[in-house]
Amino acid sequence: MTKLDSKIPEGPIQDKWTNYKNHIKLVNPANKRAIDVIVVGTGLAGGSAAASLAELGYNVKAFCYQDSPRRAHSIAAQGGINAAKNYQGDGDSTYRLFYDTVKGGDYRSREANVYRLAEVSANIIDQCVAQGVPFARDYGGLLDNRSFGGVQVSRTFYAKGQTGQQLLLGCYSAMSRQIGKGKIKMYNRHEMLDIVKVDGKARGIIARNLVTGEIERHSAHAVVIASGGYGNVFFLSTNAMGSNVSAGWKVHKKGAFFANPCYTQIHPTCIPQHGDQQSKLTLMSESLRNDGRIWVPKKKEDAEAIRAGKLKPTQIAEEDRDYYLERRYPSFGNLVPRDVASRAAKERCDAGYGVGTNETGEAVYLDFSSAIMRYGKEQANIQHIHNASEAKIRELGVDIIEKKYGNLFQMYEKITADDPYKTPMKIYPAVHYTMGGVWVDYNLMTTIEGCYAIGEANFSDHGANRLGASALMQGLADGYFVLPYTIGDYLANDIRTGEISTDLPEFVAAEKEVTDRINFFINNKGTKSVDYFHKRLGKVMWNKVGMARNAKGLTEAIAEIKEIREEFWKEVKVPGSADSMNPELEKAGRVADFLELGELFARDALLREESCGGHYREEYSTEEGEAMRDDEHFTHVSAWEYKGEPADAVLHKEPLNYENIELKTRSYK
Amino acid sequence: MSTANGLNLTLKVWRQKNDKVKGQMETYQVSDISPDSSFLEMMDILNEKLINEGGDPVAFDHDCREGICGSCSMYINGEAHGPGREITTCQLHMREFKNGETIYIEPWRAKAFPVIKDLVVDRGAFDRIMAAGGFVSVNTSGNTQDANAIPIPKADADKAFDAATCIGCGACVASCKNSSAMLFVSAKVSQFALLPQGKVEAKERVLNMVQQMDDEGFGNCSNTGACEVECPKGISLDNIARMNREYLSASFTADKK
Repeated sequence: MTKLDSKIPEGPIQDKWTNYKNHIKLVNPANKRAIDVIVVGTGLAGGSAAASLAELGYNVKAFCYQDSPRRAHSIAAQGGINAAKNYQGDGDSTYRLFYDTVKGGDYRSREANVYRLAEVSANIIDQCVAQGVPFARDYGGLLDNRSFGGVQVSRTFYAKGQTGQQLLLGCYSAMSRQIGKGKIKMYNRHEMLDIVKVDGKARGIIARNLVTGEIERHSAHAVVIASGGYGNVFFLSTNAMGSNVSAGWKVHKKGAFFANPCYTQIHPTCIPQHGDQQSKLTLMSESLRNDGRIWVPKKKEDAEAIRAGKLKPTQIAEEDRDYYLERRYPSFGNLVPRDVASRAAKERCDAGYGVGTNETGEAVYLDFSSAIMRYGKEQANIQHIHNASEAKIRELGVDIIEKKYGNLFQMYEKITADDPYKTPMKIYPAVHYTMGGVWVDYNLMTTIEGCYAIGEANFSDHGANRLGASALMQGLADGYFVLPYTIGDYLANDIRTGEISTDLPEFVAAEKEVTDRINFFINNKGTKSVDYFHKRLGKVMWNKVGMARNAKGLTEAIAEIKEIREEFWKEVKVPGSADSMNPELEKAGRVADFLELGELFARDALLREESCGGHYREEYSTEEGEAMRDDEHFTHVSAWEYKGEPADAVLHKEPLNYENIELKTRSYK
Repeated sequence: MSTANGLNLTLKVWRQKNDKVKGQMETYQVSDISPDSSFLEMMDILNEKLINEGGDPVAFDHDCREGICGSCSMYINGEAHGPGREITTCQLHMREFKNGETIYIEPWRAKAFPVIKDLVVDRGAFDRIMAAGGFVSVNTSGNTQDANAIPIPKADADKAFDAATCIGCGACVASCKNSSAMLFVSAKVSQFALLPQGKVEAKERVLNMVQQMDDEGFGNCSNTGACEVECPKGISLDNIARMNREYLSASFTADKK
């Protein structure tokens, strides 16, 4: 049995990473040319890792299922990226970013990893600026910042509401440079379908060419999984349609432990669902909570009238509005962390105050009217307009809001046909990010030797809840500044190995497994489409393993998911052939993995008998509805070992030791 | 869903098995489509119907479905990304169509974008143009200078940002009667030309990227401006003008052989 060793370096927390770097083995430039590394996924983590490893001199083979590495879903991140630069002089520091992240994660992350993340965060901004990433600047030409949930400083760098896009294009540029040199061999429209282990070490992958259907063997001295999160297990989420767990799940099935699957982030500000045919949900950036105020009507009859379409939000008087976040959490107000904001929205809607006019009735308002007037007055002063009329003030204010959030407002209007400058946005929580993922040690190596997991695909830095603008930070930290060091320490032992042959029996066996499964799907004479099963799984996940969980619901979910999975293998229908482009075949493979993960996810949630971060168990909450942790029994990482059926998975615990931060009840009141 | 105002539509969809065989338009009916559905959700409904009837679903590129990844690429009723300005296909909603309407759906058409299957085309040419010079040559050592060491005038930073918002979808090429890629290439050239970080390699960049663009078989620009009209991100023609200036000056002054 594998023993979990997190391999955290000795010494005081602020010296660990420096000491570590000073003592690792290095690979000299000539030897790097003889070493191959596979990177699966080209988002911020995978893209930055591929570019950096190629710059160092390794031969990189990068894989993505999209038609170009530039399309990975990091591109959709809107709000920003955190870094402890303290450009605003508002008291920020490495320690404070570290502290905020650990606290925000509800004390369920690994201290040493988080400290390292905070430590390298400032380098990320320097690096991106050097690459030509056009961050927002102030009139003096210096970089601008804004604030995000769960913190009291302004440390978020941004590029309007398209920060993820700009950072990813930076990565993609860096990759393109290496592709041009031939140091990265790029495999677009390829999907990894299995990992190949030789003598216990990760030595390659089996991939399917999504254009020709060809099954290919690729060998390397190390394999890096950077395939993102698994939010699409809920069917509806803010993830891209193709986002999936398969790369992570395949390595899990071959020996990598899967950690904290139940830690999922439900983002509070998404556009509510419109109906049953909906394919995905759209996020409205957390940055909007800098200026938007969240409310529902104080009176139930007003909420009912709104739902019936008889009343408009703008007709509700100020004193009849319940700004429930400001009421419940005066010190953080609308900028409480995501998990807190989401639960508060659900609480109001469940109590009958929801304002959704869609079938579900679930929505709350995000209102910019006071921000518009505030900015308008400020502008009137700046422009020396005395006795400005209300209409003029509004006009000036709208102009400022447009500059700050224009693209988000436009996106909202396109989807809903409502004008958010005139009427409040309607929002509701939706699945957004998964903190859980493949277990890794301090080196970002999984429990398979030579197999690494970075970015959202791993579990390490965000504990039970991720703070806004920290996903971009972690992805780039892992890829640009952490993995390039840690992987060298491992690859130093491989300088004499030589090229790995893809004719080894291990490759043959893995390929056969993959081909058999594909043939099964194509030949199965089922009656129901892949989406039919995916939607059913999603409903169970959302209703019983979603924002509020309890033992009864979770137990039911485990049985129901197993049932759906068994039916899937009997009844799934995949049209077309295996030897051509076949999107339905791709989906079938991904949903098959989600159907296994979903059950493990529910089991993990059932066993964690406490509430922490995004994991909220109704049985473990205070009378005011706040989450109640159980530090005595659950200050640990739950890492699952694959043993066949999800019901047979074996739980391993990595204790979390807090040496620098005292565990406290998280309070944003 | 709301049957009262559901839409019944006739779809004429381009079907093509692969790049070796000829394609043709096929006709399909979909019914009771909610006006709140997105265009791609309507395509999902069509595909679900085709699968249930034992047919072959229509292949199309899509991923983020929020207008930023640049995957989706449908030519709808003779317009890239369909009716509406500054939107991608995935942001198009069915409320833009009338009950009983016939909708024509085709792939991007350009020599440099060969059809892979149905509505899916190969845009690899864009990646190769990027690999020819769409970057600043800086290693990720972490030893670069402080991000605030070089102040950049806000107006320049904003203009660079506007150019950098290109999503690489290819609507500009599909809309252009010459299948020119000038808007795409000029957006990247402009972003770097406007920033001090990009200045160092500006000449080689523009020469190399334009060379690659020509090698890929894109047509020439005749300043018609259809690309700007159909661009989902509103990338301005000013970028083409800037790239022409950059190119002209580089071709006279660069140290290139």
